[in-house]
Formats: sequence, C-alpha cells, structure tokens
Amino acid sequence: MPMTTDQIKVSIQRGEDRTDVFDVPAYENQTVLDVVSWIQQYADPTLSYRFACRVGMCGSCAMMVNGVPRWTCRTHMSKVCDGDTVTIGPLRNLPVIKDLAVDMDPFFDKWTAAEGVHHPSASRDDPIASIDPETPQRVTANAGIECINCAVCYAACDTVATQPDYLGPAALQRAWTLLNDSKDSARTDIIDAISGNDGCHNCHSMGSCTVYCPNELDPMSAIAGLKRETATAFFKRRGNA
Amino acid sequence: MLNLRLYMLQRITALLMAPLVLGHLAVMIYAVQGGLSTAEILGRTQGSVSWLLFYGTFVIAAAIHAAIGLRVIAYEWCGLKGGILDLVMWGGGLGLLALGGRAVWAVTAI
Repeated sequence: MPMTTDQIKVSIQRGEDRTDVFDVPAYENQTVLDVVSWIQQYADPTLSYRFACRVGMCGSCAMMVNGVPRWTCRTHMSKVCDGDTVTIGPLRNLPVIKDLAVDMDPFFDKWTAAEGVHHPSASRDDPIASIDPETPQRVTANAGIECINCAVCYAACDTVATQPDYLGPAALQRAWTLLNDSKDSARTDIIDAISGNDGCHNCHSMGSCTVYCPNELDPMSAIAGLKRETATAFFKRRGNA
Repeated sequence: MLNLRLYMLQRITALLMAPLVLGHLAVMIYAVQGGLSTAEILGRTQGSVSWLLFYGTFVIAAAIHAAIGLRVIAYEWCGLKGGILDLVMWGGGLGLLALGGRAVWAVTAI
C-alpha cells in the first residue's frame, strides 16, 4: 500500500519514561531503518541505534515497531504505519544500552550455554567428510541454519519475558541444528545443556518465535524436536543405567 | 524452571491420566443414567481393589501433574524461586494427594 501522507509522526522510545516524537518526510519504498537514520542525520544526532548491512543479512537492526519485533532494514513503512504514526522502541527482553541499542550479551551468552558452538568430529588432517544433503537429518538441520542472530524471536518470546534465564528460541534452534549435524560430535553435551532448569522444556509452544522470525524459520518446531529427542534420551539412559 | 525430570514426570502422568479420565467419565455417565443410588455405588466400590487401584492411580497422577504445573505458574506469574517454589510444588502435590486419597479411601474401604 503506497504511503498517503507527506509526513510521518515517529515516536521513539528512549528509556523508561521518555518518548520523543519526530516529523519525518514520507517517501515511497521507505524502510523503518531509513526513518530512524533520517532522524539521526537530520533531527537529533544523539539518537543511538544499531545497523550494519541494510539488506537483512547481519541481524543487527532489529527493533520493536508498534510493539512488534522486526528487522527494520527490510520492513517497509507502508506495512507498519498506523495512519501517519509509528512507534519505534528497543528490542524487548534485552537490557537497553541507550535509545534503540540493546545489549546483545545475554542473547549470545545463551547460545554458548546451549552448546550452540561447533564441536568438531574430525581434525584438519582428516579427509573432508562427505555429507549427503538429502538425508532427513541434514534436511532438518538445514531448516534452521539460516538464522541471522537478530534476536527478533527472543524479543517475541513470552517465556523469556517471564523467565529471564530461559535459553530462548534462537539458542535452542541452534542446538537443534547441531544435534542433527553429522559433523558435530557433542550430542550428549548438547542434550545435557538444553535439559536443565532453563532449557527447552520451559517452552509453552506459544509460537511467537515462528510467527515473527523474519527469515521464516521455525524455532518452535525445533524446540519440539529437542523435547522429543531429550525424552528419547531420558528412556535410553534409564535403560542403560 | 522445568528440567527434564519434572517435564517427563508431568508428561508421563498426563499419559496415565488420559485413559483414566475417559474411564471416569464413562463411570459417571453410567451411574447417572442408570439411576444408581449412593448406597448402590458404595456397594460396588467398598472393598473393591480394582476401584482402589483405578482411582488411587488417578489421584497420584493428578497430584504429581498438577503440582508441577503449579510450580511453573508460581515461578512465571508470582516470581517465586528456590525453596519457596519447591514448597509450593510439594505443598500443592501433597495437599491434592491427601484430599484425593481421603476421598478414594472413603468409598473403597470396608
């Protein structure tokens, strides 16, 4: 839908009790990030925000737009404008550094806590492993590997909101891709890491992660996969004990 | 706040309760439609090991299942943690077990 106004009233949330309103010129094909950049360049140079690639690859520009987490570089104003107004705020569920820039440390710390790191099964001296892209396990892993770490799912997750230590959808989806990766050697470590008090079993399957993922990934199903896998491991371990 | 052990306990008790709920509903419909009196019902349940096992299992499964659910609600909505959270879970579970157990005993004991 083309923009029908010349000016957009943009409310920027800058801390708990401060919202600044800016009048920004409306253009065709204008993204939310364009609007934020316009404010920073022409209205208020003290406005802090974060971006890098501007093409939906780096995952650094996510913000709350009218209360919904979005990648702002790929979100058109015409899609989100409520009449001629829009409200932009920092990502939910993460500590705010300043204005629209949040501290991503807790988000990435949880990737590590969920064993979301590669555990090599071979060294550089071994021959390159042959991977069949058609196996069901590889297809499952492939479904989740295009995550750009934008934390949109993390901001959308109500379980993270009520349980701040919960690992969250992105870290758990990463664990799921590694669990299905034949090149990864730490299956037991991953299962242990995601089975603790803050692990995958806390997910209520509300599905906000899957609804809002800008890359149309499906972390909710990945977490369901982890629950199935841990349940199987539970019985196997009991059987072996 | 749910680890694998609590998660599995809640799922296994849910699995146990599924047929028991259906059985319970069937018994209620049968009792109501047949016009059974209290004395006739007690006549069938008192001294019956089968009914003791059926409803005894039901009460144990329900107590465990509900207590774990209560734990999640208490943590997420009331912000309870640590020992108090465990106390709510155990208190809720043992309370339900006592209430349910008393009721089952009342209709099955001779």
